[in-house]
Amino acid sequence: MTADGVQDPTIDAYGADERGWFGDFGGRFMPEALIAALDELTDAWHDAAADPAFGAEFDAILRDYANLPSPLYLAERLSDQVGVRVLLKREDLNHTGAHKIRNVLGQALLTKRMGKKRVIAETGAGQHGVASATAAAYFGLDCTVYMGAVDAKRQALNVARMQLLGATVITVDSGSATLKDAINEALRDWVASVDHTAYLFGTAAGPHPFPSMVRDFARGIGDEARAQCLEQIGRLPDAIAACVGGGSNAIGLFQAFLADEDVRVWGYEPGGDGVETGRHAATIHAGDSGVLHGARTFVLQDEDGQTIESHSISAGLDYPGVGPQHAHLARVGRASYTPVTDTEAMEAMALLSRTEGIIPAIESAHAIAGALRDAPRLLAECGPDATILINLSGRGDKDMETALEWFRLGQPQGETGGEAS
Amino acid sequence: MSSHSVATAFEKARADGRAALVGYLPAGFPDVAGGIEALQAMVAAGCDVIEVGLPYSDPVMDGPTVQAAAQQALEAGFRTTDVLRTVEAVAATGTPTLVMTYWNPVERYGVERFAADLAGAGGAGLITPDLTPDFAPEWIAAADAHDLDKVFLVAPSSTDDRLAMTVAECRGFVYATAVMGVTGARASSSDLAGPLVARTKAVTDLPVGVGLGISNGDQAAEVASYADAVIVGSAMVRTLLDHPDDRAAGLRSLSALTEDLAEGVRRGA
Repeated sequence: MTADGVQDPTIDAYGADERGWFGDFGGRFMPEALIAALDELTDAWHDAAADPAFGAEFDAILRDYANLPSPLYLAERLSDQVGVRVLLKREDLNHTGAHKIRNVLGQALLTKRMGKKRVIAETGAGQHGVASATAAAYFGLDCTVYMGAVDAKRQALNVARMQLLGATVITVDSGSATLKDAINEALRDWVASVDHTAYLFGTAAGPHPFPSMVRDFARGIGDEARAQCLEQIGRLPDAIAACVGGGSNAIGLFQAFLADEDVRVWGYEPGGDGVETGRHAATIHAGDSGVLHGARTFVLQDEDGQTIESHSISAGLDYPGVGPQHAHLARVGRASYTPVTDTEAMEAMALLSRTEGIIPAIESAHAIAGALRDAPRLLAECGPDATILINLSGRGDKDMETALEWFRLGQPQGETGGEAS
Repeated sequence: MSSHSVATAFEKARADGRAALVGYLPAGFPDVAGGIEALQAMVAAGCDVIEVGLPYSDPVMDGPTVQAAAQQALEAGFRTTDVLRTVEAVAATGTPTLVMTYWNPVERYGVERFAADLAGAGGAGLITPDLTPDFAPEWIAAADAHDLDKVFLVAPSSTDDRLAMTVAECRGFVYATAVMGVTGARASSSDLAGPLVARTKAVTDLPVGVGLGISNGDQAAEVASYADAVIVGSAMVRTLLDHPDDRAAGLRSLSALTEDLAEGVRRGA
């Protein structure tokens, strides 16, 4: 963790100003009732970020409890398939199985520092809910998780996990009964409970300070990967890649490399059935500037500004908005964002499973698929030593039901000779 | 100040020695024509100012009642232009008519274009629950150019600095949210409202209206004893939601509630 103002000024060029503006994006479009709490949170975060004791405690928890730093792994058999050297940042090996544990432990530690006793969170697939319930259990905080009724049905196992961890899960029936509605309901809770409750926001989106704060709690991904890469191959990668839903794993990786202008920064958005079908969640690629959940960013919306429901096979990417820093990086051209379809992602899931013995989350499989597609370009530009570093943001255990259905798994593929009749 | 501003209605109420009654319904609920009819009934039954809601897909400040009505309007095909039609029909009664809207539909329509069309429809201005003055330079400029009221919200959690900043940018009145929470009728009114009104009045001469949670004449009378306006929304919506298959009965119930509230603001003076 680094305090604001002492970072490399080149990095700050892609960061937010003191009011949360990343160029034209971000800001704070929120009810006045929550502004004092957001100001309080901003001050507490700045104060903590400048306190070496807080940073040391955060690092110790990540190391001793969350199994960090995660390894950077040279995936040789996958590299042969992709055509360039592939380094995987193994966030799938973290406690709770994804990068999200970094953010929730950071926010929960901050909650403790602020003296609040209760946390709330929204969740789509349930991963952030499980991570939040985990952090709440670790710190002894009361935890309520809002989850769309449709998602809760799709992800019953994660509901059970949260409950086992001691959290209260409240299902949300309003709107499309998915992630965006869970966020709405969590915000409604927060308006009424803000004096004693912290909102553990699950991604680097929403009103200031969340996009910057969540990024800084997740930026260990990139800080570690950059150092590991220098140590392992003696130079920086030619490209880095990550999937982008709300965008917390991606911005956590990207931040450390933004000042390295020679490093290509590639984000892969959920293309669903294909952007041309309208059933997707490729917000930057196909959305328009608008205001959703407290920030100006790219939003999937109709011509009246009503939010359009997003679609992705990956529940963790199924969100009609995106973090404002990604919107800014896209607009200024520092990062590119392209869609990856459900089919491409599922093929990549199978490929990584079979070549490396790693079953990735479907979210992370989007990044593998995108890298696979863009590798020839990298090879052409950088030669045979071309290297891409991909954030493997989570493991695929939670996605086995989807895989089972998609690949028609679970049926015996042969049988030994039965008894003679 | 424009002839459509809410200021005239507040002055009249003040001259009568009472608080003003501000009533809310979302446009397009139960449908556009039905919504206009209901809002006109509220005018006839004693509302001094009308707030027309613009239904939005992600209404984070609204409780279940207003959400249900807005969702019904959206499912029936509500368009942003319908709110302007509604404003035009209600403002034609001579009662000042504001639009209450989340920000994205206005940004999408075009801030300047929305301001121009709202003024053209005879609207008084906007109430913006998720837009605070420090993030509203475009709206403030457009409102000033088209002589529209700018009603921003203050909350019990607002600091003194933010109260002063907010009221300095308001025109028409200041909207004080009486409870920390979303819209919805509550059995008892909040003990946070009185102190908030007092703090607000200490820094502005504008009228201060109190909303969130008021559902009957007795509560209206209590709030009217210290505020310049009593704002009622969810309870109005509830009367129509309770009569889904009998609009006439819904309108009778809405009119009866409005009369009770109008009597309350006179009693509380």
